[in-house]
Amino acid sequence: MLKTFNLGGVHPPENKLSADKKIENLPLPKTVFIPVAQHIGAPASPVVKRGDEVKVGQVIAQSSGFVSTNIHSSVSGKVKKVDVSADSSGYSKQGIFIDVAGDEWLEEIDRTEELVKEFNLDGSEIVKKIQEAGIVGLGGATFPTHVKLVPPKGMKAEVLLLNGVECEPYLTSDHRLMLEKADEIMVGIQLLMKSLQVNKAVIGIENNKPDAIQLLTEKAKNYQGVSVVALKVQYPQGGEKQLINAVTGKEVPSGALPIAVGAVVSNVGTAFAVYEAVQKNKPLFERVVTVTGKGVSKPSNFRVRVGTATSELVEAAGGLPENTGKVISGGPMMGRAIPSLDVPVTKGTSGILLMQEEESKRGEVLNCIRCARCVSVCPMGLEPYLLMTLGEKNIFDRAEDERVMDCIECGSCSFTCPSHRPLLDYIRYGKGKVGQIIRSRK
Amino acid sequence: MSIILYTVATLAIIGATAAIILYFVAQKFKVFEDPRIDEVEESLPSANCGGCGFAGCRAFAEACVKATDLGELNCPVGGAETMESVASILGLEAVKKAPRVAFIRCNGTCDHRPKTNAFDGASTCAISAASYGGETGCEYGCLGYGDCVAACEFDAIDLRAGMGVPLILDDKCVACGACVEACPKNLIELRKMYPKGRKVVVACRNEAKGGVARKSCEVACIGCGKCEKVCNFDAITIENNLAFIDSDKCKLCRKCVSVCPTHAIIEVGFPPRKIKEEEKESSTAK
Amino acid sequence: MKNIFTVAPSPHVHSNDSTQKIMYRVVYAMLPLLAWSVFVFGLDALRVTLIAVVASLAFEYLIQKFLLKVKPTITDGSALITGILLSFNVPSNLPWWIIIIGALAAIGIAKLSFGGLGGNIFNPALVGRVFLLISFPVQMTSWPVNIKSGIDAVTAATPLGIIKESTSIADALNSLPSITDMLIGNTGGSLGEISAILIILGGLYMLWKKVITWHIPVAVIATVAIIASIFWLINPDVYINPAYQVLSGGLMLGAVFMATDMVTSPMTPKGQIIFGVGIGLITISIRMFGAYPEGISFAILIMNAFTPLINNYVKPKRFGGK
Repeated sequence: MLKTFNLGGVHPPENKLSADKKIENLPLPKTVFIPVAQHIGAPASPVVKRGDEVKVGQVIAQSSGFVSTNIHSSVSGKVKKVDVSADSSGYSKQGIFIDVAGDEWLEEIDRTEELVKEFNLDGSEIVKKIQEAGIVGLGGATFPTHVKLVPPKGMKAEVLLLNGVECEPYLTSDHRLMLEKADEIMVGIQLLMKSLQVNKAVIGIENNKPDAIQLLTEKAKNYQGVSVVALKVQYPQGGEKQLINAVTGKEVPSGALPIAVGAVVSNVGTAFAVYEAVQKNKPLFERVVTVTGKGVSKPSNFRVRVGTATSELVEAAGGLPENTGKVISGGPMMGRAIPSLDVPVTKGTSGILLMQEEESKRGEVLNCIRCARCVSVCPMGLEPYLLMTLGEKNIFDRAEDERVMDCIECGSCSFTCPSHRPLLDYIRYGKGKVGQIIRSRK
Repeated sequence: MSIILYTVATLAIIGATAAIILYFVAQKFKVFEDPRIDEVEESLPSANCGGCGFAGCRAFAEACVKATDLGELNCPVGGAETMESVASILGLEAVKKAPRVAFIRCNGTCDHRPKTNAFDGASTCAISAASYGGETGCEYGCLGYGDCVAACEFDAIDLRAGMGVPLILDDKCVACGACVEACPKNLIELRKMYPKGRKVVVACRNEAKGGVARKSCEVACIGCGKCEKVCNFDAITIENNLAFIDSDKCKLCRKCVSVCPTHAIIEVGFPPRKIKEEEKESSTAK
Repeated sequence: MKNIFTVAPSPHVHSNDSTQKIMYRVVYAMLPLLAWSVFVFGLDALRVTLIAVVASLAFEYLIQKFLLKVKPTITDGSALITGILLSFNVPSNLPWWIIIIGALAAIGIAKLSFGGLGGNIFNPALVGRVFLLISFPVQMTSWPVNIKSGIDAVTAATPLGIIKESTSIADALNSLPSITDMLIGNTGGSLGEISAILIILGGLYMLWKKVITWHIPVAVIATVAIIASIFWLINPDVYINPAYQVLSGGLMLGAVFMATDMVTSPMTPKGQIIFGVGIGLITISIRMFGAYPEGISFAILIMNAFTPLINNYVKPKRFGGK
């Protein structure tokens, strides 16, 4: 029996169309728009102005607090303007527009493919480098990695968990990275282990990627303390709390951080970024993005500079199919539908999914028939039908008692509802309101 | 005979005992309540809309009775008449408040504001606004799902399904402010009511720069400042690329309406203008 | 032209399941029972079912269209289920007008006055049945004889009726059908309740299609079996063999098809077990000590009333304890 998490979960069709497509470099765009808020926490503050010449890897916006990160230029060229533009939500956000000229990198960045295994930095030096390189969790949540690596006082990490689950349907960027950059990921893991002072790391990979499991198990033999565990395919296994539960059997208490059970979770993509930042002096300004969808003529995995418009990726994957109805940044379960193709790739963009017209509309909303499917699939053991009603009726104190804040917004409830009820929409709304109430209490 | 006697006696004893117990219980749990609270409550409209800022009419009545001055208290639904009767019950002076009326500061109906995407989530403004900027290029404008309509206890808002922006019916609006709270885009303002429902309003909340605003909506305020200059009463201020007309200062002269290049300032309730039509004719003649 | 994309909060994919599909799976699970009842009771059974189904659909349509002025939902399959279940709970010789009254009680009173599918507190078919049982006790308890026995249809007693009316258990056992006959469904009774095997088959189909979970049927049947066994072991001369208790009357039908109605049963497995045990206890109490020979309908309705309370107090296992 393969391991998986205790409660709930669903198994949407996997549709990993681009699983055997090698990572290609996307051609440089002509202009980029780099938002200053690409992470959870305070937006970075721009340090360049109109007309400045920038090089690849140069800091263009400085971290503005502990829970914040630096933003680096992903291209070389001239700053066109520092202005607002609509982001993936359609709301204007500040960012930096750069006209691309050539591809001139900062000199300290090691651009060779050569594997650099040895390091003699201590933990805090590694954390410092990670912080400077602007690394965030690349699984999609974009939480600044350096914050995770400094546990709150009195807490100690015991094990580092690597998320190679990629439980979202369609997405293959982590899968390809594990296959193509296995050694680099291993070194990245060593660096993370060193900074956390743990001597055990476990990579969790779902069983639908047997090639990655085999390769990483092979590689792990050469690295002290690293092991690989195959997991049953079950969504949302990539959720932090679910992964910890699946691998260690422990449950992170309600409202607590993973460190409460001695675990720190990091994405394999983040481990690779850590390797590049520490061993190659390369800050985080590009990432692997899957471009996929049933109508896409060439589903692909691209290495993309942050700030590249979505349209460039779509073009490189064979153009926008005629009947595209919805464009999703990320996976179909937790990704964000974007209103236009001008939206740029950011650090958290793991994929671009083009959905066909007929897949993109929700079904007609009918009465709740109390079938309890939402309750049985909820990985957090909540009652989505109840939380939705409480959200609809604005009964927020009860929603808080029913632990609405525990919701991880995985969408399993809405996915499974036979009456097509917008469960997660209302739960998210209730969660937002309850969050405000909790904050106002302090 | 003795049966009757016993019966009467027993009943009398039970009655007396119960009366005594009741008397002491009543003494023990007596709560003093000002009888004027009931009186005031009766004079209120009993809509329990919360427009006064209190949780229902009863709470408002309690506050009125406690207050020494009615200056801060106002029942927007009942208006001056109600407040006067409240004042007379309490022997206080009524403070006359200018009646107000709600207005949705967005004129971005479907013909003015092209759709750029289609929202398919739960149809409420709150959820839509929390996840996306809106179905058009304007992230400040009305979403049209009618959270205000749902919040209105007086049927004073017409959703105008398909138009994109609801309409407030002045004759039904009591300015309770429920819609102001409900609108996630902060579009609704309580403005001073003028005779015949006349008003001159900047029907726009778009704070984007002129070009961006104009691109997303034909009738967006672009913050050009022409209206500010033409106003003789200092009623117009411009902040964040957006004009605002203070309804307490506005004298309804309508100068700003004619200078506004995007027709973001609208006039309501006036007879049709002659000059305007001439202008139109001349422009079509050209 | 610029594409207008759809945007919506996540998730963007759906399981493809629908309320309608679930409802029709229940209908499929009931079809073998219907076929068997026609085989046993003749075309009369089909007549009852057809009247019940048509009346249920018609009332749903008419009330929604003209009284409530909402979009009729007769295609979702729920009224179809109510109709079939109602017919399963009545004898095959019931006059047509009584069936129509039952359908009106089921759809009009129990379902639509509570807000339609999903809003009802009580199982509509059972409300219809109990309404008829109380209003027309004679017609509702005159059971036609199995046509295969060769005698022209006159009334015959059901196994539970025999038990209730017999002076002693030995006497009852003489006139009771054999266990095998009760398993196959070679006895008298309401349309759908006679064949235990086909009911179990339908239940297994619904389990496989994930329409129901095992908790409620198992809890109901196990409770009845255990309590009946205890009494039987104490005094087999007064109390009947538990196999008869389990196989007779509407217990199987109720446990598998009616107590499991999603709308009126609790949401969590734990709650469902409490619900099932409650039904079992009330059923056996009515059967042993009550005036009616059968108690499953009342038991389910009584526990339906407890469902909101159970939902309120029995919470699923939360992730992260507490």
